[in-house]
Amino acid sequence: MVLVEQSLNGLQFGLLLFLLAAGLTLVFGIMDFVNLAHGSLYMMGAYFAATFTAWTGSFILGVLLALGATLLLGIVLEFVALRHLYGRDHLDQVLATFGLILFFNDAVRLIWGPAGLALPLPAWLTVPVQILPGVFYPAYRLSIIVVALVVAALLYLVVMRTRIGMLIRAGASNREMIGALGINIKLLFTLVFGLGAALAGLAGLMQAPILTVQIGMGENILILAFVIIVIGGIGSIRGAFLAAIFVGMIDTLGRAFLPDLLRMVLSSAAASTAAPALSSMLIYLLMAIVLVVRPEGLFPAAKR
Amino acid sequence: MKSHINLRNVVVALVAAGLVLLPLYSQLSGNIFILTLFTRIIIFALAAASLNLIMGYGGMMSFGHAAYLGIGGYAVGILAHEGIGSGFIQWPVALAVSALYALVIGALSLRTRGVYFIMITLAFAQMAYYIASGMSRYGGDDGLTIYKRSTFGGLIDLSNRVQFYYLCLACLFGGIYLIWRIINSRFGMVVQGVRSNEQRMQAIGFHANRYRLVCFVISGTICGLAGALLANNTDFVSPAGMYWTRSGELMVMVVFGGMGSLFGPVIGAIFFLVLEEVLSQFTEYWALIMGPLLLLVVLFARGGIMGLLGRFSRV
Amino acid sequence: MSDPLLRVENLVRRFGGILATDNLSLDVIPGELHAIIGPNGAGKTTLISQLTGQLMPNSGSISFGGRDVTRLPSYKRSRLGLARSFQITSLLPNFTAADNVALAAQAHDGHSFRFWGNARKEKHLRDAAHAALTRVGLGQRIDVPVSELSHGEQRELELAVALATKPQLLLLDEPMAGLGVTESARMVALLKELRKEVTIVLVEHDMEAVFALADRITVLVYGRVIASGDPAAIRSNEEVKRAYLGDQHVVVAHG
Repeated sequence: MVLVEQSLNGLQFGLLLFLLAAGLTLVFGIMDFVNLAHGSLYMMGAYFAATFTAWTGSFILGVLLALGATLLLGIVLEFVALRHLYGRDHLDQVLATFGLILFFNDAVRLIWGPAGLALPLPAWLTVPVQILPGVFYPAYRLSIIVVALVVAALLYLVVMRTRIGMLIRAGASNREMIGALGINIKLLFTLVFGLGAALAGLAGLMQAPILTVQIGMGENILILAFVIIVIGGIGSIRGAFLAAIFVGMIDTLGRAFLPDLLRMVLSSAAASTAAPALSSMLIYLLMAIVLVVRPEGLFPAAKR
Repeated sequence: MKSHINLRNVVVALVAAGLVLLPLYSQLSGNIFILTLFTRIIIFALAAASLNLIMGYGGMMSFGHAAYLGIGGYAVGILAHEGIGSGFIQWPVALAVSALYALVIGALSLRTRGVYFIMITLAFAQMAYYIASGMSRYGGDDGLTIYKRSTFGGLIDLSNRVQFYYLCLACLFGGIYLIWRIINSRFGMVVQGVRSNEQRMQAIGFHANRYRLVCFVISGTICGLAGALLANNTDFVSPAGMYWTRSGELMVMVVFGGMGSLFGPVIGAIFFLVLEEVLSQFTEYWALIMGPLLLLVVLFARGGIMGLLGRFSRV
Repeated sequence: MSDPLLRVENLVRRFGGILATDNLSLDVIPGELHAIIGPNGAGKTTLISQLTGQLMPNSGSISFGGRDVTRLPSYKRSRLGLARSFQITSLLPNFTAADNVALAAQAHDGHSFRFWGNARKEKHLRDAAHAALTRVGLGQRIDVPVSELSHGEQRELELAVALATKPQLLLLDEPMAGLGVTESARMVALLKELRKEVTIVLVEHDMEAVFALADRITVLVYGRVIASGDPAAIRSNEEVKRAYLGDQHVVVAHG
């Protein structure tokens, strides 16, 4: 069943997008900070994982080390550069983090070379698993879905049930309030930023074995994360989750089935010309529709 | 009235004179490379000036301006590919398509503000990039080679380096003059008013978004012209030329030069592209320096080069 | 009594669970100076914002000059002759005083899709700006950037901007806020002059000014009208006294 397989692919892609968008929207929601370099952290996660896996010879160990390394990198980045940009113009933040992207891309080229890396999977993750009678699905993609769902659930618990989560939610809907509560804001911000970085790194390293690890891999997916935030509503984790799944599904299913659908109405030559352009446009059209109908996004965090 | 002779204006006059005289220098010294480099700089300066109109005066932070470079370029390239070589057709089409795209994207994006606006213009430009990549008839990912530059019925020969240089320079000066007229006109006053206080402008009777949108379209159209020039300059258009980092570079030029300063984008484009050229001669990894430099400019030199010059002028 | 210039009927505006405007009705008669007072949080600015269209009510209606304007956006109301000044001064800081006023004049002088001529050199816009600035006593400060004007001057400029739209009704949101004693006195004198020409709705905390200027006063508490009448009636109204005393405002006893 192609449909089941593609739907699972869509879900898996959507969940990865969520991991990326969640960090972005958390950081934006609580610190009012736009971080273009979020995509670079995604890329760094993948590069770290490829490197550490090669060093240790263990996929699991490599992934864990990479996760820690991305978290650390995020914290260092926040400490050295980004915390000086809180409270600044969004334009300043965009430009400064754009500078960071340039830096990271060339730094990676310098360290790892211009050619991409491969992150080979251990044998036990490459076997197909029978999910329905007669329907097989790669074990690795299945494990991405499981891990991402678990992380999403943990994130939900942290945000909804813990004290830090309460602060994060308070911050997202009313920034002055956390200041008034007498919290160590600097520490909270660093913590949230590190969390966002680790989520981005996790998304990057999980995607790595499916695609190659390469320079600029975080950029296109970052723009998709923006689309998700626009659709879901800024600062809303729930919105980001639903929009991410939605976008992942539409994008994957569009690419898989649109050519065939078009072939039913158009000549096969015209269809094969139009299909790639149209399927890559789908999510942007979706965003355009959301903008017309609900400019504030489908699930805004709070009405301000 | 304040005196017009200050450091800033002297620098602007010198740079303008330098740009006019550059072909002479290139001819005398036999340095053709500098002419090529500055043709490219002038085209980017025009694109940056158009972005400055909406960013610096209109307060609209568009992160999708490279799309117009691509659209203007593809209009020229596609028409040339289909056998229509006349610039009298190619260029108006380039401007019209850019304007139309700006109208649609602007109408959608202006439903939001601030960060949303940045993200949305970025996303739509990325969509334009994907569309260009998907046009297999016109080269797809690999881009489209333009075998013959636009013809203007013998009026001007774009294949002649010097003539093409002066055409680009005329477009740049013309564009800046146009922007200067616009920002001082009634329309420009409204747009600047809306930037600094939208609610107030609504309260005294202006439909703010209508003015914003028109400004957005003017900016996109001017940038489409830069796209047509760029395509003729490189004899080539490709999706890579409208990738989102290009939009970022245009923003950087505007900010380096000084946002909301008429001539700032020209200074910014010269600074950025010359620096890129110089750095890339030292090292292949020039962005390792450019990136952090950008961070430093944002942190410590907010008004850009024109701002710094202005500060010295006042002392 | 002539037909009201502004008629508000059963206006309701909620913020979440809070009723900021609670079934409020109000008439403003042409030529009067109608003051709206009330303790902090009574919903005065919320009301003004609904009158000018910055905020849409949940229900109820607003009519201006006999025309229903309830759903009209603010720029259209301004064209009908409704002007407001802002409580927190909201001028265009990079522009000069004259630029600020000229823009307001421009807003009511046809469309502004004129891209070529220099707006600062248009004589009738400049003249209108000079006239309005002179009117509020800023005749000597015409070419000064707003950022260099004193707070009192900025409040006067707010008024000049509102006047330049040639309003039939002027909604003033706390024009005395933050003014010193002399500046306040100047503002009161100015408003005394203006009220001869234009109908004014005045929201103000300065009770001395209100009782000196107003023809009629409406008292708001928690978004509701608790009293409306001439100054003498309001001064002797028991409910008003209670509301204010309860809020530790002792000002009503004044005079």
